[in-house]
Amino acid sequence: MATAPAGGPRTARTVLSGDDISRVTTRMAHQILEKTSGGADVILLGIPTRGVPLARRLAARMRDVEGVDVPNGSLDPTMYRDDLRLRGVRPLEVTDLPAGGVDGRIVVLVDDVLFSGRTVRAALDALAEYGRPRAVQLAVLVDRGHRELPIRADYVGKNMPTARLESVQVRLSEIDHEPDEVRIVAEDRRAGDGDGRSPEPRAAR
Amino acid sequence: MTDWLIKGAAPLGGAPTDLRLRDGRVAEAGTNLSAAGAQVVDAAGLIALPGLVDLHTHLREPGREDAETVASGTRAAALGGFTTVYAMANTSPVADTAGVVEQVWRLGRDAGHCDVRPVGAVTVGLAGLRLAELGAMASSAAAVRVFSDDGHCVADPLLMRRALEYVKAFDGVIAQHAEEPRLTEDAQMNEGVVSARLGLPGWPAAAEEAIIARDALLAGHVGSRLHVCHVSTAGSVEIIRWAKSKGWRVTAEVTPHHLLLTDDLATSYDPVFKVNPPLRTAADVEALRAGLADGTIDCVATDHAPHASQDKETEWAVARPGMLGLQTALSVVTETMVATGRLDWAGVADRMALAPARIGGHPVPDAARGGSLAVDASASMTLFDPAARWKVDPYALASRSRNTPFAGRDLPGRVVATFLRGRPTVLDGKLA
Amino acid sequence: MKHLLSAEDLGRDEAIAILDTAEQMSLLGDRSVKKLPTLRGRTVVNLFYEDSTRTRTSFELAAKRLSADVVNFSARGSSVSKGESLKDTALTLEAMGSDAVVIRHPASGAPHRLSSWIRGSVVNAGDGTHEHPTQALLDAFTMRRRLGRVNDLSVTIVGDVLHSRVARSNVRLLHTLGAGVTLVAPPTLLPVGVETWPAEISYDLDAVLPKSDVVMMLRVQAERMNAAFFPTEREYSRRYGLDADRMAMLPDHALVMHPGPMVRGMEIASEVADSVRSTVVEQVANGVSVRMAVLYLLLGGSPE
Repeated sequence: MATAPAGGPRTARTVLSGDDISRVTTRMAHQILEKTSGGADVILLGIPTRGVPLARRLAARMRDVEGVDVPNGSLDPTMYRDDLRLRGVRPLEVTDLPAGGVDGRIVVLVDDVLFSGRTVRAALDALAEYGRPRAVQLAVLVDRGHRELPIRADYVGKNMPTARLESVQVRLSEIDHEPDEVRIVAEDRRAGDGDGRSPEPRAAR
Repeated sequence: MTDWLIKGAAPLGGAPTDLRLRDGRVAEAGTNLSAAGAQVVDAAGLIALPGLVDLHTHLREPGREDAETVASGTRAAALGGFTTVYAMANTSPVADTAGVVEQVWRLGRDAGHCDVRPVGAVTVGLAGLRLAELGAMASSAAAVRVFSDDGHCVADPLLMRRALEYVKAFDGVIAQHAEEPRLTEDAQMNEGVVSARLGLPGWPAAAEEAIIARDALLAGHVGSRLHVCHVSTAGSVEIIRWAKSKGWRVTAEVTPHHLLLTDDLATSYDPVFKVNPPLRTAADVEALRAGLADGTIDCVATDHAPHASQDKETEWAVARPGMLGLQTALSVVTETMVATGRLDWAGVADRMALAPARIGGHPVPDAARGGSLAVDASASMTLFDPAARWKVDPYALASRSRNTPFAGRDLPGRVVATFLRGRPTVLDGKLA
Repeated sequence: MKHLLSAEDLGRDEAIAILDTAEQMSLLGDRSVKKLPTLRGRTVVNLFYEDSTRTRTSFELAAKRLSADVVNFSARGSSVSKGESLKDTALTLEAMGSDAVVIRHPASGAPHRLSSWIRGSVVNAGDGTHEHPTQALLDAFTMRRRLGRVNDLSVTIVGDVLHSRVARSNVRLLHTLGAGVTLVAPPTLLPVGVETWPAEISYDLDAVLPKSDVVMMLRVQAERMNAAFFPTEREYSRRYGLDADRMAMLPDHALVMHPGPMVRGMEIASEVADSVRSTVVEQVANGVSVRMAVLYLLLGGSPE
């Protein structure tokens, strides 16, 4: 997904460095442990693509801090999206639920960027097909605003006010094979590479 | 009858000449002829050819007037530069009696766009069981000389022998649709690499070649005239070359589409490319061009086969085989034979006018002097612009049907005018 | 991807994307609610000119699990039997608002023709003796699940290759996916031109079996005997049928596949069909997952 910026003047600024991301992840791990009484019954489900390594990182931090083994996996909401017909077909990502399922558990959904909220809505629908969690919470690395649905995150790495035409690009070493970083790119009308999960269709060309 | 002065045409591609047509004959030939009292056609840059003769046309009337009529088919013929077409017998009713062939002949005469010479069926109803009344058709007003069950092979070897012998009495010729029926049951296209891939039942080259070999042997044995319709394979060319080397009276025709198109066009599954015999391989195309150039194949014949859209806009296997050909024939021959240097214009005149007329039993009388272009000859001719190019639009053709395999293709040459015994049937590329 | 007309059209990445998507779809089978909302409001027409309850049901189930509306339009009991042309039928279906037509037809190339007449997607569910691409995809899917890969497998396809759309699709797809294919049949049941296919040819089943990771048996219809493709059923079965003795020549891991319906005692012995090597039942289940993947990839995005 790491497309090189197409020609034309686009200004990118780094808003979280690799060290920042590491610190923020640690804090979020602490907050989850605090709010879930030590992480008992918690499972972390990453939303592909970059939510998946984030969930894995959070689980590792929670083990470092509290010594708990928090199961983690992935949940692909693609088939439940309400915007499938607005763009080309999306490849399916892996859904991999931890053994034991979701019934009665506290499921923390993990994603990199919270934008319109439509991805989370689709994830909630997908999750409901797999069982009935005791509670569902949401952890995101960046909340960039512009919500279109009544959805908010329980754990936020960084609130980051943005303009609609900007895109937020998250780079994680596991996926992107480059150093961790979050940057904001001021963009022309061509929507970004999907990282910001723009709710708008790509401009018809 | 109006006199016509054709100014500056190149007869058979030779030096520009003026031709004055009067009373159906070429009255004068020379340079700077006076235009007094004549309509003038400026033919500078145009090739003058004897009026083209098509030994193999399906006019569909009577029976399938929704696909073609004698009038619409002969309009297409005139626009394609033809002054004579031989109308195949597979109409409904079949042209197997004097009555039907005379009806077709009269329809052609009344339409007036070109001469229509009916072909008579060899067997009653094309059923391949009993000889039709060949002699009655020969003595009819239509004066039939060519007999064919085209669309069907006269498969029974004994019946074929008898037919060949019988027509000797009136110098007839049997035009055989060479297709061994057992080897082509349910066949849909050339059997080979493409048919294997497309899962379409194959029509093997051997099914054509086996019949040609058999019939050539029979014709040699009884001393009769055999004409082979729409030769499509390299092997057939070889067999015909061998038969001719024996001195047997065997002639053959090739269609324009077999000179240009190959079986890989079936990959689209569009039945506009379905024809019988089927399109073959590039090697066959090459052998057919070589055979036509060296005279092994005597002539080009269109096998113009109009089909209504409901018979073509279907699944491949359901579609009827056949292609339009009259209006594209000269352009395709120009592309495949002239532009490639295999035939000059005199060669084209021979393969598309003189030879088919001779085989058909109504030879151009002054053939030895270059067809209809000499003084005192019958003034049937075609003026052709070899420098023009045109894109084939099925909806712009005169046929009632649209099934041209050349749709959208850019082809060389254009028929500017056609004269039938001194009277224009086409002027400026339009019906006169 | 706009249509699925033949396996020949599929590139390697495209084919693998279908198999990967099918893998995700297959997880649905483990859930209590076997339904996804993905194709809500879309209409899939099953246009079947040949009886094939098995394939039709598989497509129907696949479409319904994706919440599409399904219309079954079969030759029997419709205007097809009254002689309506395929083109007119296609235009009628389009006017009714179909988004995709799944077509089974006895004429090779009918799906190609259909795709030139309608705007929606066309899925070839078997055309004449041409192709049956979803069957090949589900066969590859089954191989990948059982053996972990398709690349480098030795796959032997035995029987009436000449008349088999399954064989044509499998040869192309397996080649694309890197498998080595050997065709074994009496020479009368191999098409002229088969030597240009990306496959080895053999007339000796016993020589090929020990080197095969997968052996796929094709149905042989008894009526071929009457057309002199082989002398007797008994002779065919002895030379080209898979019985227990022949099965014993296969490597331990090798699979026995059959696209169905089987003719037990002709090309395959009952004890082979029912053995643990046989994937016949699995192939049916995998068929639904693969067809879901195909429908999703054709209809899951914007119509353009």
